[in-house]
Amino acid sequence: MEQVAAHAQAQVKEQHQQHPIRLYLVVWGFLFVLSAGSYFVDYVGLHGYLRWFLILLFMILKAGLIVAVFMHMAWERLALVYAILLPPLLVLVFVAMMVSESNYTIFTRMAVSGGAQ
Amino acid sequence: MAQSVQTHTGETDGRPPGLRGVVADFSSDQRAFKNVSWGKAMMWIFLLSDTFIFGCFLLAYMTARMSTPVPWPNPSEVFALTIGGQEIPLILIAIMTFILISSSGTMAMAVNFGYRRDRRTTAALMLLTAVLGASFVGMQAFEWSKLIAEGVRPWENPWGAAQFGSSFFMITGFHGTHVSFGVLFLLIVARKVWRGDFDAERRGFFTSRKGNYEIVEIMGLYWHFVDLVWVFIFAFFYLW
Repeated sequence: MEQVAAHAQAQVKEQHQQHPIRLYLVVWGFLFVLSAGSYFVDYVGLHGYLRWFLILLFMILKAGLIVAVFMHMAWERLALVYAILLPPLLVLVFVAMMVSESNYTIFTRMAVSGGAQ
Repeated sequence: MAQSVQTHTGETDGRPPGLRGVVADFSSDQRAFKNVSWGKAMMWIFLLSDTFIFGCFLLAYMTARMSTPVPWPNPSEVFALTIGGQEIPLILIAIMTFILISSSGTMAMAVNFGYRRDRRTTAALMLLTAVLGASFVGMQAFEWSKLIAEGVRPWENPWGAAQFGSSFFMITGFHGTHVSFGVLFLLIVARKVWRGDFDAERRGFFTSRKGNYEIVEIMGLYWHFVDLVWVFIFAFFYLW
């Protein structure tokens, strides 16, 4: 029984994530540069749409690098990738709902209590 | 038992790639994540649930900030530090960001050395990750005490919208807790690696099952996730 179990264990090809160290160092470097970039946005005091665009751009690039390389998502089977990465997108629906709700709240606050609180 | 051996070999070979593969994996009436161990799949599912928790915190923050007519405190000034007589905006947060990213880098390398069964390097890199994580929490404690000393409370602050304090303490507090537990988790796994548990196939104290170096990768997933959450907090709370 033990032997069969061991055999079965060997048969399941649960892949190990083995990649060259160089890749991690390169990604590490990119993350540093991107973080410096987003800090720079604040340091030079950019404002308005350019600021928001750059913040979001650097954020998405950093998040993408971490998930894809450090967390090995780029090499996982597609079934896992979709199961994990698609559901969080639903948060965007929630965001849309709360934006509309916030607009309503601030409208009533301005209209009724004249801007207090 | 023999049957399961059969199925397993059937599964691993020649499965269709792409979207057809996704459908085939999910409709196979067995485990959906074929080449992923249960430990890794469970960690991913836990992280997915955690994503929603942090997503809801950030959403609550967005709602509070968008719905108040009182101006929001400028994080660039609130989190500025005076170093050598010069006011540098957000400097502590920037340092914390770099520290957390570095800890992610050392963690990724620890995973790599783990699979090479180089237990000393793996344990050393994990310890380095834990030290970086602990220093991150230390800086956060410094930041909290500084803000509290300046009069920030969950219900008020000297600079503007009252919701600033509650959002700040909630979001960074929850993230800091995650980092702290991560450090603990790192130390436990590093000790096992250092002792050679996964080479000697020593049975675990709690589960009495043999572990293997994959726990380092699973631990790494958690750690990278903590870094990932910080990316979003940094962008939305500190920079926006």
